[in-house]
Amino acid sequence: MRIACPFCGERENGEFTYLGDAKPQRPAMVALDAGVGASGEQEAFYDYVYLRDNVAGEMSEYWYHGGGCRSWLVVQRNTMTHEISSVKAAAGTGAAAVKASARS
Amino acid sequence: MKYSIFSLARAALSGHRNWSRTWRDPQPKSHYDVVIIGGGGHGLATAYFLAHTYGIRNVAVLEKGWIGSGNAGRNTTIIRSNYMLPGNTGFYELSMKLWERMEQDLNYNTMVSQRGIVNLYHSDAQRDAFARRGNVMRINGIDAELLDQAQIRRMMPFLNFENARFPIQGGLWQPRGGTARHDAVVWGYAHAADKYGVDIIQNCEVTGFTHDQNGKITGVETSRGKIGAGKVGMAVAGSSSRVAAMAGLRLPIESHVLQAFVSEAIKPLLPGVVTFGAGHFYVSQSDKGGLVFGGDLDGYNSYAQRGNMPVMEDVCEGGMALMPMIGRVRLLRQWGGIMDMSMDGTPIIDRTPVDGLYLNAGWCYGGFKATPGSGLVFAQLLATDTPHEEAKRFRLDRFQRGAMIDEKGQGAQPNLH
Repeated sequence: MRIACPFCGERENGEFTYLGDAKPQRPAMVALDAGVGASGEQEAFYDYVYLRDNVAGEMSEYWYHGGGCRSWLVVQRNTMTHEISSVKAAAGTGAAAVKASARS
Repeated sequence: MKYSIFSLARAALSGHRNWSRTWRDPQPKSHYDVVIIGGGGHGLATAYFLAHTYGIRNVAVLEKGWIGSGNAGRNTTIIRSNYMLPGNTGFYELSMKLWERMEQDLNYNTMVSQRGIVNLYHSDAQRDAFARRGNVMRINGIDAELLDQAQIRRMMPFLNFENARFPIQGGLWQPRGGTARHDAVVWGYAHAADKYGVDIIQNCEVTGFTHDQNGKITGVETSRGKIGAGKVGMAVAGSSSRVAAMAGLRLPIESHVLQAFVSEAIKPLLPGVVTFGAGHFYVSQSDKGGLVFGGDLDGYNSYAQRGNMPVMEDVCEGGMALMPMIGRVRLLRQWGGIMDMSMDGTPIIDRTPVDGLYLNAGWCYGGFKATPGSGLVFAQLLATDTPHEEAKRFRLDRFQRGAMIDEKGQGAQPNLH
Protein backbone atom coordinates (compact mmCIF):
# COMPACT_ATOMS: atom_id res chain seq x y z
CA MET A 1 0.00 0.00 0.00
CA ARG A 2 1.38 3.40 -1.04
CA ILE A 3 -0.14 6.75 -0.26
CA ALA A 4 0.24 9.71 -2.64
CA CYS A 5 0.78 12.59 -0.23
CA PRO A 6 -0.36 15.84 -1.90
CA PHE A 7 2.80 17.55 -0.59
CA CYS A 8 5.47 14.84 -0.87
CA GLY A 9 4.31 12.54 -3.66
CA GLU A 10 3.77 8.78 -3.46
CA ARG A 11 5.34 7.21 -0.35
CA GLU A 12 5.21 3.75 1.27
CA ASN A 13 2.68 3.44 4.08
CA GLY A 14 5.35 2.93 6.75
CA GLU A 15 5.83 6.71 6.72
CA PHE A 16 2.24 7.25 7.78
CA THR A 17 0.36 6.77 11.05
CA TYR A 18 -3.30 5.85 11.08
CA LEU A 19 -5.93 7.54 13.19
CA GLY A 20 -9.15 6.09 11.82
CA ASP A 21 -12.52 6.98 10.33
CA ALA A 22 -12.72 10.67 9.36
CA LYS A 23 -16.51 10.75 9.42
CA PRO A 24 -17.39 11.06 13.14
CA GLN A 25 -17.56 14.67 14.34
CA ARG A 26 -16.84 15.50 17.94
CA PRO A 27 -20.17 16.57 19.51
CA ALA A 28 -20.49 20.08 20.90
CA MET A 29 -20.16 20.25 24.69
CA VAL A 30 -22.27 23.33 25.42
CA ALA A 31 -25.00 21.68 27.46
CA LEU A 32 -22.60 19.26 29.16
CA ASP A 33 -20.53 22.20 30.39
CA ALA A 34 -23.63 24.04 31.57
CA GLY A 35 -24.88 20.89 33.35
CA VAL A 36 -28.14 20.75 31.38
CA GLY A 37 -29.31 18.11 28.96
CA ALA A 38 -26.28 16.11 29.91
CA SER A 39 -27.69 12.67 29.20
CA GLY A 40 -28.25 13.34 25.49
CA GLU A 41 -24.74 14.68 25.17
CA GLN A 42 -23.29 11.78 27.10
CA GLU A 43 -25.04 9.53 24.63
CA ALA A 44 -23.56 11.52 21.74
CA PHE A 45 -20.07 11.28 23.26
CA TYR A 46 -20.43 7.55 23.88
CA ASP A 47 -21.34 7.18 20.24
CA TYR A 48 -18.42 9.37 19.11
CA VAL A 49 -15.77 7.74 21.29
CA TYR A 50 -16.76 4.07 21.29
CA LEU A 51 -19.06 3.11 18.40
CA ARG A 52 -17.80 2.55 14.88
CA ASP A 53 -19.33 2.10 11.44
CA ASN A 54 -16.37 -0.21 10.74
CA VAL A 55 -16.94 0.32 7.04
CA ALA A 56 -16.45 -2.62 4.68
CA GLY A 57 -15.72 -0.76 1.46
CA GLU A 58 -14.88 2.88 0.69
CA MET A 59 -13.96 4.77 3.84
CA SER A 60 -12.52 8.24 4.37
CA GLU A 61 -9.89 8.21 7.08
CA TYR A 62 -7.22 10.29 8.76
CA TRP A 63 -3.56 9.46 8.17
CA TYR A 64 -0.61 11.44 9.54
CA HIS A 65 2.51 11.76 7.38
CA GLY A 66 4.97 11.65 10.30
CA GLY A 67 7.79 10.32 8.12
CA GLY A 68 7.47 13.20 5.68
CA CYS A 69 5.75 16.59 5.74
CA ARG A 70 3.96 15.91 9.06
CA SER A 71 0.60 16.85 7.56
CA TRP A 72 -2.70 15.26 8.47
CA LEU A 73 -4.38 13.81 5.40
CA VAL A 74 -7.86 12.57 4.54
CA VAL A 75 -7.48 9.38 2.51
CA GLN A 76 -10.31 7.69 0.66
CA ARG A 77 -9.49 3.97 0.85
CA ASN A 78 -11.30 0.71 0.27
CA THR A 79 -11.01 -1.51 3.37
CA MET A 80 -11.79 -4.64 1.32
CA THR A 81 -8.96 -4.14 -1.17
CA HIS A 82 -6.67 -1.42 0.30
CA GLU A 83 -7.20 0.55 -2.93
CA ILE A 84 -6.80 4.30 -2.45
CA SER A 85 -9.01 6.57 -4.55
CA SER A 86 -8.11 10.02 -3.24
CA VAL A 87 -5.76 11.80 -0.81
CA LYS A 88 -6.38 15.35 0.39
CA ALA A 89 -4.91 17.61 3.02
CA ALA A 90 -7.02 17.44 6.18
CA ALA A 91 -6.63 21.13 7.02
CA GLY A 92 -10.00 22.71 7.71
CA THR A 93 -11.75 19.40 8.46
CA GLY A 94 -12.35 17.72 11.82
CA ALA A 95 -12.21 19.94 14.89
CA ALA A 96 -11.54 23.00 12.72
CA ALA A 97 -14.80 22.39 10.84
CA VAL A 98 -16.72 21.97 14.11
CA LYS A 99 -15.33 25.27 15.43
CA ALA A 100 -16.13 27.01 12.15
CA SER A 101 -19.71 25.76 12.15
CA ALA A 102 -20.11 26.76 15.82
CA ARG A 103 -19.00 30.31 14.95
CA SER A 104 -21.34 30.68 11.96
CA MET B 1 -16.12 -43.04 14.95
CA LYS B 2 -14.22 -43.18 18.22
CA TYR B 3 -10.51 -42.61 17.79
CA SER B 4 -8.10 -44.80 19.73
CA ILE B 5 -4.96 -46.83 19.25
CA PHE B 6 -7.21 -49.68 18.10
CA SER B 7 -9.00 -47.61 15.46
CA LEU B 8 -5.60 -46.44 14.25
CA ALA B 9 -4.28 -50.00 14.05
CA ARG B 10 -7.43 -51.19 12.25
CA ALA B 11 -7.20 -48.37 9.72
CA ALA B 12 -3.48 -48.97 9.24
CA LEU B 13 -4.08 -52.63 8.39
CA SER B 14 -6.47 -51.59 5.61
CA GLY B 15 -4.04 -49.00 4.25
CA HIS B 16 -5.89 -46.04 5.82
CA ARG B 17 -8.57 -46.28 3.14
CA ASN B 18 -11.47 -46.96 5.48
CA TRP B 19 -11.62 -43.92 7.76
CA SER B 20 -15.16 -42.64 8.04
CA ARG B 21 -16.12 -38.94 7.82
CA THR B 22 -15.19 -36.94 10.89
CA TRP B 23 -18.44 -34.93 10.65
CA ARG B 24 -21.50 -35.16 8.43
CA ASP B 25 -22.37 -32.74 5.63
CA PRO B 26 -26.09 -32.25 6.30
CA GLN B 27 -28.69 -30.20 4.44
CA PRO B 28 -29.97 -27.35 6.63
CA LYS B 29 -33.25 -28.13 8.44
CA SER B 30 -36.03 -25.54 8.47
CA HIS B 31 -35.70 -24.79 12.18
CA TYR B 32 -33.17 -25.16 15.00
CA ASP B 33 -33.33 -24.29 18.69
CA VAL B 34 -30.05 -22.44 18.32
CA VAL B 35 -28.28 -21.27 15.16
CA ILE B 36 -24.65 -20.24 15.52
CA ILE B 37 -23.21 -18.03 12.81
CA GLY B 38 -19.54 -18.74 12.23
CA GLY B 39 -17.83 -22.12 11.95
CA GLY B 40 -14.56 -21.16 13.55
CA GLY B 41 -13.19 -22.51 16.80
CA HIS B 42 -15.52 -20.38 18.93
CA GLY B 43 -18.69 -21.23 17.02
CA LEU B 44 -17.97 -24.95 16.98
CA ALA B 45 -16.92 -24.96 20.64
CA THR B 46 -20.17 -23.18 21.50
CA ALA B 47 -22.15 -25.84 19.63
CA TYR B 48 -20.22 -28.60 21.42
CA PHE B 49 -20.86 -27.18 24.88
CA LEU B 50 -24.54 -26.47 24.08
CA ALA B 51 -24.96 -30.14 23.19
CA HIS B 52 -22.62 -31.65 25.75
CA THR B 53 -23.08 -29.48 28.84
CA TYR B 54 -26.50 -27.87 28.38
CA GLY B 55 -28.35 -30.66 26.53
CA ILE B 56 -29.40 -28.50 23.56
CA ARG B 57 -28.72 -30.67 20.54
CA ASN B 58 -30.97 -29.19 17.87
CA VAL B 59 -28.19 -26.80 16.87
CA ALA B 60 -26.71 -25.66 13.55
CA VAL B 61 -23.38 -23.99 12.92
CA LEU B 62 -23.44 -21.93 9.71
CA GLU B 63 -20.14 -21.21 8.01
CA LYS B 64 -19.87 -19.12 4.83
CA GLY B 65 -16.69 -20.89 3.66
CA TRP B 66 -15.26 -24.06 5.16
CA ILE B 67 -14.88 -24.50 8.90
CA GLY B 68 -11.69 -23.05 10.31
CA SER B 69 -11.03 -20.97 7.19
CA GLY B 70 -10.87 -17.69 9.10
CA ASN B 71 -8.81 -16.74 12.12
CA ALA B 72 -8.96 -20.25 13.61
CA GLY B 73 -6.53 -21.31 10.89
CA ARG B 74 -4.49 -18.10 10.82
CA ASN B 75 -3.24 -17.58 14.37
CA THR B 76 0.09 -18.40 16.01
CA THR B 77 -1.46 -21.20 18.14
CA ILE B 78 -0.42 -19.86 21.54
CA ILE B 79 -2.37 -20.78 24.68
CA ARG B 80 -1.83 -19.01 28.00
CA SER B 81 -3.70 -17.50 30.94
CA ASN B 82 -1.31 -14.75 32.09
CA TYR B 83 -3.82 -11.91 32.38
CA MET B 84 -3.96 -9.37 35.20
CA LEU B 85 -7.31 -7.59 35.24
CA PRO B 86 -10.43 -8.92 36.98
CA GLY B 87 -12.65 -10.38 34.30
CA ASN B 88 -9.76 -11.59 32.18
CA THR B 89 -7.78 -13.51 34.80
CA GLY B 90 -10.50 -15.99 35.72
CA PHE B 91 -11.86 -16.35 32.22
CA TYR B 92 -8.56 -17.24 30.58
CA GLU B 93 -7.73 -19.67 33.39
CA LEU B 94 -11.11 -21.35 32.85
CA SER B 95 -10.11 -21.67 29.22
CA MET B 96 -6.66 -23.02 30.16
CA LYS B 97 -8.24 -25.72 32.33
CA LEU B 98 -10.42 -26.73 29.39
CA TRP B 99 -7.34 -26.91 27.14
CA GLU B 100 -5.76 -29.31 29.62
CA ARG B 101 -8.55 -31.88 29.21
CA MET B 102 -9.62 -31.04 25.65
CA GLU B 103 -8.20 -34.13 23.96
CA GLN B 104 -9.97 -36.48 26.37
CA ASP B 105 -13.20 -34.47 26.22
CA LEU B 106 -13.28 -34.38 22.44
CA ASN B 107 -11.63 -37.72 21.66
CA TYR B 108 -9.41 -35.85 19.25
CA ASN B 109 -5.69 -35.16 19.17
CA THR B 110 -5.46 -31.37 19.27
CA MET B 111 -1.73 -31.54 20.07
CA VAL B 112 -2.01 -29.40 23.18
CA SER B 113 1.56 -28.90 24.31
CA GLN B 114 2.18 -27.14 27.61
CA ARG B 115 5.73 -26.22 26.78
CA GLY B 116 5.55 -22.96 28.71
CA ILE B 117 5.52 -19.29 27.83
CA VAL B 118 8.00 -16.68 28.97
CA ASN B 119 7.45 -12.91 28.70
CA LEU B 120 10.88 -11.29 28.80
CA TYR B 121 11.51 -8.06 30.69
CA HIS B 122 14.21 -5.58 29.81
CA SER B 123 14.09 -2.91 32.52
CA ASP B 124 13.51 -2.54 36.26
CA ALA B 125 10.10 -0.97 35.64
CA GLN B 126 9.05 -3.81 33.39
CA ARG B 127 10.22 -6.35 35.97
CA ASP B 128 8.06 -4.66 38.59
CA ALA B 129 5.06 -4.70 36.26
CA PHE B 130 5.61 -8.39 35.51
CA ALA B 131 6.06 -9.20 39.20
CA ARG B 132 2.72 -7.56 39.84
CA ARG B 133 1.09 -9.53 37.03
CA GLY B 134 2.65 -12.74 38.32
CA ASN B 135 1.39 -12.04 41.82
CA VAL B 136 -2.15 -11.47 40.54
CA MET B 137 -1.94 -14.76 38.69
CA ARG B 138 -0.68 -16.66 41.75
CA ILE B 139 -3.35 -15.15 44.01
CA ASN B 140 -5.87 -16.50 41.52
CA GLY B 141 -4.31 -19.96 41.58
CA ILE B 142 -2.57 -19.64 38.21
CA ASP B 143 1.03 -20.79 37.82
CA ALA B 144 3.54 -18.00 37.40
CA GLU B 145 7.20 -17.60 38.22
CA LEU B 146 9.43 -14.57 37.93
CA LEU B 147 12.77 -15.71 36.50
CA ASP B 148 16.02 -13.77 36.63
CA GLN B 149 18.54 -13.55 33.83
CA ALA B 150 20.53 -16.63 34.90
CA GLN B 151 17.40 -18.78 34.84
CA ILE B 152 16.45 -17.51 31.38
CA ARG B 153 20.01 -18.19 30.19
CA ARG B 154 19.75 -21.82 31.28
CA MET B 155 16.46 -22.14 29.42
CA MET B 156 17.39 -20.25 26.25
CA PRO B 157 21.13 -19.55 26.06
CA PHE B 158 20.88 -18.31 22.46
CA LEU B 159 18.93 -15.12 23.22
CA ASN B 160 20.64 -11.76 22.83
CA PHE B 161 21.10 -10.99 26.55
CA GLU B 162 23.63 -8.20 26.08
CA ASN B 163 21.62 -6.09 23.63
CA ALA B 164 22.84 -2.54 24.29
CA ARG B 165 19.38 -1.00 24.33
CA PHE B 166 17.23 -3.88 25.51
CA PRO B 167 19.29 -6.23 27.71
CA ILE B 168 17.25 -9.21 28.88
CA GLN B 169 16.95 -9.01 32.67
CA GLY B 170 14.61 -11.95 33.13
CA GLY B 171 11.07 -13.06 32.38
CA LEU B 172 7.66 -14.01 33.69
CA TRP B 173 7.22 -17.72 33.14
CA GLN B 174 3.93 -19.59 32.89
CA PRO B 175 4.83 -23.29 32.67
CA ARG B 176 1.26 -24.34 31.77
CA GLY B 177 1.15 -22.07 28.74
CA GLY B 178 2.15 -23.41 25.35
CA THR B 179 0.70 -24.19 21.95
CA ALA B 180 -2.00 -26.33 20.35
CA ARG B 181 -2.64 -27.41 16.78
CA HIS B 182 -5.14 -24.79 15.62
CA ASP B 183 -6.80 -26.72 12.77
CA ALA B 184 -7.14 -29.80 14.94
CA VAL B 185 -9.02 -27.72 17.54
CA VAL B 186 -11.58 -26.82 14.88
CA TRP B 187 -11.81 -30.38 13.61
CA GLY B 188 -11.96 -31.76 17.16
CA TYR B 189 -14.91 -29.57 18.14
CA ALA B 190 -16.62 -30.35 14.81
CA HIS B 191 -16.06 -34.08 15.42
CA ALA B 192 -17.40 -33.95 18.98
CA ALA B 193 -20.34 -31.62 18.24
CA ASP B 194 -21.39 -33.70 15.23
CA LYS B 195 -21.60 -36.81 17.40
CA TYR B 196 -24.25 -35.05 19.48
CA GLY B 197 -26.25 -34.29 16.34
CA VAL B 198 -25.14 -30.71 15.73
CA ASP B 199 -25.48 -29.82 12.03
CA ILE B 200 -22.32 -28.22 10.65
CA ILE B 201 -23.36 -26.46 7.46
CA GLN B 202 -20.55 -25.15 5.31
CA ASN B 203 -20.74 -22.84 2.28
CA CYS B 204 -23.77 -21.22 3.89
CA GLU B 205 -23.46 -17.45 4.16
CA VAL B 206 -25.86 -15.53 6.38
CA THR B 207 -27.32 -12.64 4.39
CA GLY B 208 -29.89 -11.29 6.85
CA PHE B 209 -32.12 -11.91 9.85
CA THR B 210 -35.84 -12.61 10.03
CA HIS B 211 -37.92 -10.98 12.78
CA ASP B 212 -41.42 -11.29 14.19
CA GLN B 213 -43.68 -8.25 14.65
CA ASN B 214 -42.07 -7.44 18.02
CA GLY B 215 -38.59 -7.34 16.49
CA LYS B 216 -37.51 -10.66 17.99
CA ILE B 217 -35.14 -12.64 15.80
CA THR B 218 -36.86 -15.72 14.37
CA GLY B 219 -34.10 -16.99 12.14
CA VAL B 220 -31.59 -16.16 9.45
CA GLU B 221 -31.64 -15.76 5.70
CA THR B 222 -28.76 -17.56 4.07
CA SER B 223 -27.31 -18.38 0.68
CA ARG B 224 -28.94 -21.80 1.20
CA GLY B 225 -32.39 -20.49 2.12
CA LYS B 226 -34.21 -19.36 5.26
CA ILE B 227 -33.39 -21.16 8.50
CA GLY B 228 -35.60 -20.64 11.55
CA ALA B 229 -34.03 -20.36 14.99
CA GLY B 230 -35.15 -19.99 18.59
CA LYS B 231 -31.96 -18.08 19.29
CA VAL B 232 -29.11 -16.90 17.10
CA GLY B 233 -25.52 -16.63 18.36
CA MET B 234 -22.90 -14.69 16.43
CA ALA B 235 -19.31 -15.97 16.61
CA VAL B 236 -17.86 -14.23 13.57
CA ALA B 237 -14.93 -12.26 15.01
CA GLY B 238 -13.35 -10.22 12.22
CA SER B 239 -16.73 -9.61 10.60
CA SER B 240 -18.86 -8.93 13.69
CA SER B 241 -19.71 -5.36 12.62
CA ARG B 242 -20.91 -6.52 9.22
CA VAL B 243 -23.16 -9.26 10.58
CA ALA B 244 -24.44 -7.07 13.43
CA ALA B 245 -25.26 -4.33 10.90
CA MET B 246 -27.76 -6.73 9.29
CA ALA B 247 -29.61 -6.60 12.62
CA GLY B 248 -29.29 -2.81 12.83
CA LEU B 249 -26.53 -2.78 15.46
CA ARG B 250 -23.37 -0.66 15.61
CA LEU B 251 -20.62 -2.21 17.69
CA PRO B 252 -17.64 -0.81 19.63
CA ILE B 253 -15.36 -2.72 17.24
CA GLU B 254 -12.97 -2.01 14.37
CA SER B 255 -11.65 -4.69 12.02
CA HIS B 256 -7.88 -4.70 11.64
CA VAL B 257 -5.40 -6.95 9.87
CA LEU B 258 -2.81 -8.92 11.86
CA GLN B 259 -0.03 -10.79 10.08
CA ALA B 260 1.65 -14.02 11.11
CA PHE B 261 4.74 -15.72 9.77
CA VAL B 262 6.40 -19.12 9.63
CA SER B 263 10.02 -19.85 8.76
CA GLU B 264 11.46 -22.91 7.06
CA ALA B 265 11.83 -25.88 9.40
CA ILE B 266 14.94 -25.97 11.57
CA LYS B 267 16.13 -28.40 14.23
CA PRO B 268 14.54 -28.13 17.70
CA LEU B 269 15.54 -24.75 19.11
CA LEU B 270 12.84 -23.07 21.16
CA PRO B 271 11.74 -24.92 24.30
CA GLY B 272 8.51 -22.93 24.56
CA VAL B 273 6.87 -19.66 23.60
CA VAL B 274 8.97 -16.50 23.98
CA THR B 275 7.79 -12.90 23.82
CA PHE B 276 10.12 -9.94 23.39
CA GLY B 277 9.30 -7.25 25.93
CA ALA B 278 10.99 -4.30 24.24
CA GLY B 279 9.08 -4.54 20.99
CA HIS B 280 6.20 -6.67 19.89
CA PHE B 281 7.44 -10.08 18.81
CA TYR B 282 6.29 -13.52 19.92
CA VAL B 283 7.61 -16.82 18.67
CA SER B 284 7.28 -20.55 19.16
CA GLN B 285 8.48 -23.53 17.16
CA SER B 286 5.98 -25.85 15.53
CA ASP B 287 6.38 -29.61 15.75
CA LYS B 288 7.40 -29.55 12.09
CA GLY B 289 10.28 -27.26 13.04
CA GLY B 290 9.18 -23.91 11.61
CA LEU B 291 9.43 -20.81 13.74
CA VAL B 292 5.90 -19.43 14.07
CA PHE B 293 5.89 -15.74 14.93
CA GLY B 294 4.04 -12.47 14.83
CA GLY B 295 3.92 -8.94 16.14
CA ASP B 296 1.76 -5.83 15.92
CA LEU B 297 -1.32 -5.11 13.88
CA ASP B 298 -0.76 -3.29 10.61
CA GLY B 299 -2.71 -0.49 12.26
CA TYR B 300 -5.38 0.47 9.73
CA ASN B 301 -8.93 -0.80 9.26
CA SER B 302 -9.00 -3.74 6.90
CA TYR B 303 -11.11 -6.69 5.83
CA ALA B 304 -8.57 -7.77 3.21
CA GLN B 305 -6.84 -10.65 5.09
CA ARG B 306 -3.45 -9.45 3.94
CA GLY B 307 -0.99 -6.92 5.31
CA ASN B 308 1.84 -4.70 4.16
CA MET B 309 5.62 -4.53 4.25
CA PRO B 310 6.30 -2.04 7.08
CA VAL B 311 4.89 -4.42 9.70
CA MET B 312 6.80 -7.38 8.26
CA GLU B 313 9.94 -5.31 8.64
CA ASP B 314 9.00 -4.30 12.18
CA VAL B 315 8.26 -7.87 13.24
CA CYS B 316 11.50 -9.19 11.77
CA GLU B 317 13.44 -6.39 13.48
CA GLY B 318 11.96 -7.54 16.79
CA GLY B 319 13.02 -11.09 16.01
CA MET B 320 16.55 -9.99 15.11
CA ALA B 321 16.87 -7.96 18.32
CA LEU B 322 15.85 -10.99 20.36
CA MET B 323 17.57 -13.87 18.54
CA PRO B 324 20.05 -12.49 15.99
CA MET B 325 20.91 -15.96 14.68
CA ILE B 326 17.51 -16.30 12.99
CA GLY B 327 18.66 -13.72 10.42
CA ARG B 328 19.82 -16.54 8.17
CA VAL B 329 16.60 -18.52 8.45
CA ARG B 330 14.36 -18.07 5.42
CA LEU B 331 10.76 -17.01 5.73
CA LEU B 332 8.48 -19.72 4.40
CA ARG B 333 5.05 -18.14 4.48
CA GLN B 334 3.23 -15.08 5.72
CA TRP B 335 -0.49 -14.39 5.92
CA GLY B 336 -3.05 -12.05 7.45
CA GLY B 337 -6.24 -12.42 9.45
CA ILE B 338 -8.93 -9.93 10.39
CA MET B 339 -9.14 -9.08 14.09
CA ASP B 340 -12.26 -7.84 15.85
CA MET B 341 -10.55 -5.01 17.76
CA SER B 342 -12.75 -3.85 20.61
CA MET B 343 -12.37 -0.46 22.27
CA ASP B 344 -10.62 -1.81 25.39
CA GLY B 345 -8.85 -4.86 23.97
CA THR B 346 -11.26 -7.23 25.72
CA PRO B 347 -13.96 -9.47 24.21
CA ILE B 348 -17.71 -9.01 24.32
CA ILE B 349 -19.97 -11.96 25.21
CA ASP B 350 -23.47 -10.74 25.84
CA ARG B 351 -27.07 -10.51 24.77
CA THR B 352 -27.74 -7.70 22.32
CA PRO B 353 -30.52 -5.09 22.32
CA VAL B 354 -32.14 -7.25 19.60
CA ASP B 355 -34.22 -9.96 21.26
CA GLY B 356 -32.98 -13.44 20.38
CA LEU B 357 -29.58 -12.30 19.08
CA TYR B 358 -26.46 -13.07 21.13
CA LEU B 359 -22.99 -11.70 20.55
CA ASN B 360 -19.57 -13.29 20.91
CA ALA B 361 -17.10 -10.77 19.48
CA GLY B 362 -14.20 -8.40 20.01
CA TRP B 363 -11.48 -11.02 20.50
CA CYS B 364 -8.75 -8.66 19.32
CA TYR B 365 -5.74 -10.91 18.74
CA GLY B 366 -6.37 -13.17 21.73
CA GLY B 367 -9.11 -15.35 20.35
CA PHE B 368 -7.36 -18.66 19.85
CA LYS B 369 -6.36 -19.29 23.46
CA ALA B 370 -9.92 -18.43 24.48
CA THR B 371 -11.55 -21.00 22.18
CA PRO B 372 -12.73 -23.56 24.76
CA GLY B 373 -13.62 -20.99 27.43
CA SER B 374 -15.46 -18.84 24.91
CA GLY B 375 -17.47 -21.85 23.77
CA LEU B 376 -18.45 -22.80 27.30
CA VAL B 377 -19.51 -19.35 28.50
CA PHE B 378 -21.31 -18.49 25.26
CA ALA B 379 -23.15 -21.81 25.40
CA GLN B 380 -24.26 -21.02 28.96
CA LEU B 381 -25.49 -17.57 27.88
CA LEU B 382 -27.41 -19.04 24.95
CA ALA B 383 -28.84 -21.89 27.01
CA THR B 384 -29.79 -20.04 30.20
CA ASP B 385 -29.84 -16.31 29.33
CA THR B 386 -27.53 -15.68 32.29
CA PRO B 387 -23.83 -14.95 31.86
CA HIS B 388 -21.27 -17.45 33.09
CA GLU B 389 -19.58 -16.40 36.32
CA GLU B 390 -16.24 -15.98 34.54
CA ALA B 391 -17.69 -13.92 31.67
CA LYS B 392 -20.06 -11.60 33.48
CA ARG B 393 -17.80 -8.58 32.92
CA PHE B 394 -17.63 -9.03 29.13
CA ARG B 395 -20.74 -6.91 28.68
CA LEU B 396 -21.63 -4.97 25.56
CA ASP B 397 -22.66 -1.90 27.56
CA ARG B 398 -19.47 -1.67 29.63
CA PHE B 399 -18.17 1.27 27.57
CA GLN B 400 -21.30 3.25 28.40
CA ARG B 401 -20.97 2.38 32.08
CA GLY B 402 -17.25 3.12 32.24
CA ALA B 403 -16.50 -0.50 33.20
CA MET B 404 -13.82 -1.14 30.59
CA ILE B 405 -11.29 -3.97 30.97
CA ASP B 406 -8.30 -2.30 29.35
CA GLU B 407 -5.39 -4.70 29.91
CA LYS B 408 -3.00 -2.53 27.92
CA GLY B 409 -4.32 0.86 29.06
CA GLN B 410 -4.63 2.35 25.57
CA GLY B 411 -8.18 3.68 25.62
CA ALA B 412 -10.55 3.68 22.67
CA GLN B 413 -7.85 3.51 20.00
CA PRO B 414 -8.17 -0.13 18.94
CA ASN B 415 -5.12 -0.27 16.68
CA LEU B 416 -2.93 0.26 19.77
CA HIS B 417 -4.27 -2.66 21.84
